[in-house]
Order: sequence, then C-alpha cells, then structure tokens
Amino acid sequence: MDKVDFVLVGVGGQGTILASDILAGTGLHAGYDVKKSEVHGMSQRGGSVTSQVRWAEHVHSPLIGQGEADLMLAFEKLEAVRFASLLRPGGVMVVNDHAIPPVSVSAGNEHYPADDEMRRVLLGVTPHIHVLPAARIARDLGNARVENVVLLGALSRLVEIDASCWLAALEERVPERTREVNRAAFLAGREAIGSPISS
Amino acid sequence: MLKRLLSGNEAVARGAWEAGVRVASGYPGTPSSEILENLARYDGLYAEWAPNEKVAVDVAIGAAYAGARALAVMKHVGLNVAADAFFYASMTGAEAGLLIVVADDPGMHSSQNEQDSRRYAQFARVPCLEPADSQEAKDLVALGLELSERFDTPVLLRTTTRIAHSSSLVALGEPPAPSAAKAYRVDASKYVMVPANARRRHPVIEERITALSAWADEAPCNRLEWRGRRLGIVASGVAYQYAREVFPEASTLKLAMTYPIPAGLVRTLAAGVERLLVLEELDPFLEEQIRLLGIHAEGAAIFPRCGELDPTVVRESAIRAGILPAMDTAQQPTFTENGIRSLPARPPVLCAGCPHRAVFYVLRKLNLVVNGDIGCYTLGYLPPLSALHTQGCMGASISVAHGVAQAGSPQQNVAVLGDSTFLHSGIPGLLNVAYNQGRTLTIILDNETTAMTGHQPHPATGRTLRGQETVRVDLAALARALGIAHVQTVDSYDLRAVEQAVRAALSAQAPAVIVAQRACALLPGVRPTWHALAIDPQRCNGCGRCFELGCPALSRSKQTAHNGRALAQIDPLQCTGCAVCAQVCARGAIKGDQEA
Repeated sequence: MDKVDFVLVGVGGQGTILASDILAGTGLHAGYDVKKSEVHGMSQRGGSVTSQVRWAEHVHSPLIGQGEADLMLAFEKLEAVRFASLLRPGGVMVVNDHAIPPVSVSAGNEHYPADDEMRRVLLGVTPHIHVLPAARIARDLGNARVENVVLLGALSRLVEIDASCWLAALEERVPERTREVNRAAFLAGREAIGSPISS
Repeated sequence: MLKRLLSGNEAVARGAWEAGVRVASGYPGTPSSEILENLARYDGLYAEWAPNEKVAVDVAIGAAYAGARALAVMKHVGLNVAADAFFYASMTGAEAGLLIVVADDPGMHSSQNEQDSRRYAQFARVPCLEPADSQEAKDLVALGLELSERFDTPVLLRTTTRIAHSSSLVALGEPPAPSAAKAYRVDASKYVMVPANARRRHPVIEERITALSAWADEAPCNRLEWRGRRLGIVASGVAYQYAREVFPEASTLKLAMTYPIPAGLVRTLAAGVERLLVLEELDPFLEEQIRLLGIHAEGAAIFPRCGELDPTVVRESAIRAGILPAMDTAQQPTFTENGIRSLPARPPVLCAGCPHRAVFYVLRKLNLVVNGDIGCYTLGYLPPLSALHTQGCMGASISVAHGVAQAGSPQQNVAVLGDSTFLHSGIPGLLNVAYNQGRTLTIILDNETTAMTGHQPHPATGRTLRGQETVRVDLAALARALGIAHVQTVDSYDLRAVEQAVRAALSAQAPAVIVAQRACALLPGVRPTWHALAIDPQRCNGCGRCFELGCPALSRSKQTAHNGRALAQIDPLQCTGCAVCAQVCARGAIKGDQEA
C-alpha cells in the first residue's frame, strides 16, 4: 500500500483519541510517515468528534478532504452517516452497532434515524461496510471502555499490515494494568468482523 | 536520530526544554493547554499556571529581564488579556530569550472568535514565527529564542489548532546544557518605560524591524521551492501543507517567519511565476504585506477568510477561481443524504453528572436573565436548559450583569461564572459591584478545576501545575474581603438548597455571591464514587420532566407506560448517580440500583 488514510468518527468520550493514537503508532511500526489530527476541548463534551490518521511515504496535510478517506472507523451509527462523505466512493467502513441518541432526540425534538434508513445511505457510498457489536463484545470482556480497541481489532483485518505492528502500538499506549484486557479486546475484534453487509 | 510522533504542543514543550527555557508561565486555553502540561514533566526548569495570561506574560518578562530564557503560553484570546504586557515588552526587550506562544483557533472549535494573532506581532513590532508541522514547532522555539536575544525583542510563536493538535514525527535533540542563574543587571533607562525613556526606545524598535526584514531574506527557515512556473504560492503554517497537497506542481515560498516577510524572496518568486497566490487561514496578513511591496498577489479573493481551511476548501476555491480544472465527476463523492433529510445534530453538552446542570435548572425555573462566562457552563445556553443569555469573554459575566442591572430593566438578572474564570478576571468585576453597591447576584460555579480545557489546577484547588500542594484560596472569604456581605455556599447537586439560596440572595437588596460547590464528575478522584441510578418502570409514567435537564445519560426507552408515552431509561455507563433527576421526578421513579 502506497498510502492509507483513515477517519475515525464518534461521540466525545468514546475513546476515539486513544484509538487514533494506536492507529498512528501502528503506521510507524509498519514503516510509514504518519500524521494524525484531532480536536480537543469543547467538542469533546459529548459532541460529534472526528480524528484522522494518514500513513504514506511522506504525508503533507494532516487533514484529508471530502471523499478521500480509504477507511472509516465509526464508533456510533449516526456519526457514520454524518461523516460518510469523508469516505471515498468504494472505501471501506467499519461501523459499531451502537446508537447513542443525542440529547435533542431524548428530549423528543428530533428523531434518530432507523437502521434501514442509515444502511441505505451508507450503501450509497460504498458496498464495503462491516458492522459489529463492539460495545457488547467489550462488556462481555468485562470492561466497557475497551470498545475502541475491539473496533481497532476489526479494522486490522482490513489493512494489510502484520498484526504484530498493531499489538506493539497497542501495548505502547495502554496502561500496564489494562494491557491484558486491551489485547483480548483487539483479538476479539479481529474475530468478530464478519462479511460486508448487503443491500 | 531518535524520532517520535509528537503533537505540535508536545513539540513546543520539547523545544523549550532543549533550548534551555528556565521559566514558563501560562493560562490554559484550547488549543494551547498541553504545552505547559508537557513542559512541566521536564526537569531543570520552573513552570506554572498563572491566574491569567497577563500575569503569565509579566512573569516571563521578569524572568527574561533577569537573564533566564522564558516562555509564556496562551490561546489567541489570552493574548488580548496579555496585550498590555506584550506591548511594553516590545519596547524594553530583555536580557535573555523571551518567547510568547499563542495558539489560534481557525474554525472556532473551542473559542468565541477566530482572531488572527499575527496582527499583534505587526501591531507591537515583534517578529512572528509560524510552524507547519511538529518538527518545525520544536525548531522554531529554539530559533525564536535566538532571534529574541540577537535582536533584543520578544518573539511571537503562533500556532493554530491543526498544528497544536496534529501529530507528526520529530527528531529529538539533546537535553539542555546546565546553566547557572545570572546576577541581575540593572538598566533602568531601558526597563523603566517612563515617557522620556519610551521616546528613546521607539526608534530602536522601528530599526529592529528593519534589521529583521533584512535578516528574513537570508533566514534558512524561509524556503523558496522551485517547481512549475505557472503558479507560485506563498504560504505558512498548515496552509503550506494544504498547498503541497492541492498544488503539487506549484513553486512555493514557505515562510516560517511571517512578520516581517522576506521582501527579496517574495520578489524573486513573483518574478519567476505567471501567477502569484497567497494561501493563508483567516486574515490576508501575508497578502497585505506583499501588496505593500507593490506586488500583485491573490489570496482573500480566492480563498475564504472565515473558518478553517482544509484540502477540500482549498481545492474547491481554486476550481471556482479557474486555477484548477473542475473535478472529473466520476471522482466526485457520490454521497447524498438520500432519504434522511436532516440528521439530528450532536452539539457538545453538559456531561452526565455535571454539577452546573442543577444550577441552570433552577435559574430557568426562576425565569432569570443569566449573564454567563467562558467555560463548560456556557453549554447551559443550549436547549433544553436554555438558561444562559450572554457570553463574550473571560470574566465578563459579573460586569455585564452589573451593567444590565444599572440599565434599570425590571427583569432580574444574575451573573454566572466558574471558579477558574472568577480567579482569572472575575475578581475586579465583583470588586466593582461591591464598591459601587450594585445589586448583582454572582453565582460562582465551583467545580474545583478548570474543566473545559482538561482539568488544570488553579489557585482555589490547592494544587500547582506540577501537582504540589499549595495554599487554597477560599472563594467565599475572598468575596467577603472584596466587600460582599451576603455570601452563601451550597451543594450544586441540591436543587432545593440552590433554589433557596438564589431566592434569598435576590431578595437581599444588596450585592450577593453564591458559591455553588461540587467537584466536576469527570475528575479522576470523583469517578470511583459513581453509582448508576435506574428507572423504576412501575413508577415512571413517561411524563418527560427529567428530560428537561438535558442529561445525556437519560433517554426515551422503547418501553411505554400504560398511557402510551415512552418511559425514561438511564445509561448505566454514563450515569454518575448525581441524583439531580431523582429530585426532579415527581413520582419517585429514579433510584439507586439497590433501591430500584
């Protein structure tokens, strides 16, 4: 692969920043130049968040443009739809089967789109969509916070990089006391990724 | 050489350490906050959080006067607060390198404006450096300190969100050589800015800018890259990266020093290309300097002046201006929101367990006009709370509220600000209310931290930047010392107590302060006390009153009550057990796990 551009989308507090750190570290282990970009501060308070990671021989811009991401890792379904236009047509998407209704939906002022509506929109961008229940897998492992690493495990199956690069980057960036559960989460994500959904 | 992936902020901190910075001060503000947090991890230097940016810049100036390399760090609007200090430092110069680091926020990810701080460099006659990636962020700290010493001037290092919070590889340098503190050199005619001395200094700083202009043409940090001759681009900072991405064939003048600009290099590029563009975020700052040279350059007419650039914005602007051919439709994204007319927005919200929520619920219930301030609690303006009605800058709440009250409106109003913001610039406003015997009620939302920027300590937390224990200012005692007689402290989670305190203060016919106290639920020390509540489906009738709190842990379940309304449900992962919703529920349907 000459280059790989990733975009991670989710809701503030879901661990997208740690996931993008690990993804950036994986690129370095695989021998790429890497740039990573994210936004901290106000948008982190339960708002929509995105971060981007680029791997190439030489990366200029820390940001990709619309329709330029090769892979999207969506931590939440609605956010997958919101940012789908960042993915290039025919790119690959990994979607967490997890809905976090915004406060406007809880308050009854807005409507959270139905799964089949969202599926139709996403399939308009790419046929390569993998959906997995990362939140449930993380809960089954006894630590709901490793949802992000479950998703990375799934993503790792779609990128031609040796698993050892991923695991090395993971171990560098998680605290020692959670290393085992994070490793288990990564491997569970690798197992859990199924075939792409169909229309 | 050892290379590490560092954010721009981590790289600035590393650069300051390697360059032998001895004293650093600042006030947290996105996107600059991680610089001091990282710098404080290095040995051999002094680093502190100051109560505000003006204090921080004065501290750095003092250290540089005393011969120690010094750094002051802030976000763009912090430089407004520190402007007075920044300007006198330009007049005096210093005895050692003095670097002012300012982080702008194009796109306003976490700010009230998107001012272009490069204007301050020109305004104060100070050189401005702008890094384009993390490596350059580290390198320009050292260069800035050298320039500061060579030209006897403060130097402004300006980053932006995309530099501060992007990570790229950095070659690490050597640790600094140990250096001893210098004896203080008295030079009153240089450092006492009475008019007679200041008049002598002004021509000196004008000559300094002329000398810096000449240096700019020789500076290795400004780089002319010849490629195609059809298009030439002048760019700095992250805009340079977008230029390389979108116009790979263009010849490029990459500027690391953006004030003053290298006139000779600009002329050389302009003479060698058919069309000269300037690609920059926010103000046409380089473009204006280039035009003043009598050179025709296009920038703001093509690229937007508002908001953040990215490769898509740059490409589309260039296509509209006929600089690039229109994209092949086959390559264009085919995405449309077919079938979903409008997605529910997901703005930032007050977190589950946020102690500000209960206070805003009460203020809304009492139908008060609320003059707010800068911090997480600004989010109280959003529905469903909709309980904050003005917000402009740090510390404005109290004085705006005082002004509103003096205007004689029959509607009652209150000022609301956080603990860190009160200490930053709220104190003079409260002093003014007391001194002039206004009737304003000020509510200090004391969550024991600077939450929005990532939980930095401040003078009322009893901890320093390095985590050491220190004196803890007593906010209630401070308010009394300023001349406020009616001061009450309440628990922010106690709805009834908050309401009683507000009613009592409003009827006091005197200036009053309520300290609404409760630690931020996200503080590491608070997290272990979380215990999720649950809805009793036998009692909940779906009335929806708890949703008026706007708590993200509360949502409508698929289960309905016998009346057909959706029952409330609580996300056990988000719920902290603050129990504010339980106090709102008229049916006693919200309980702890063991009670439900």
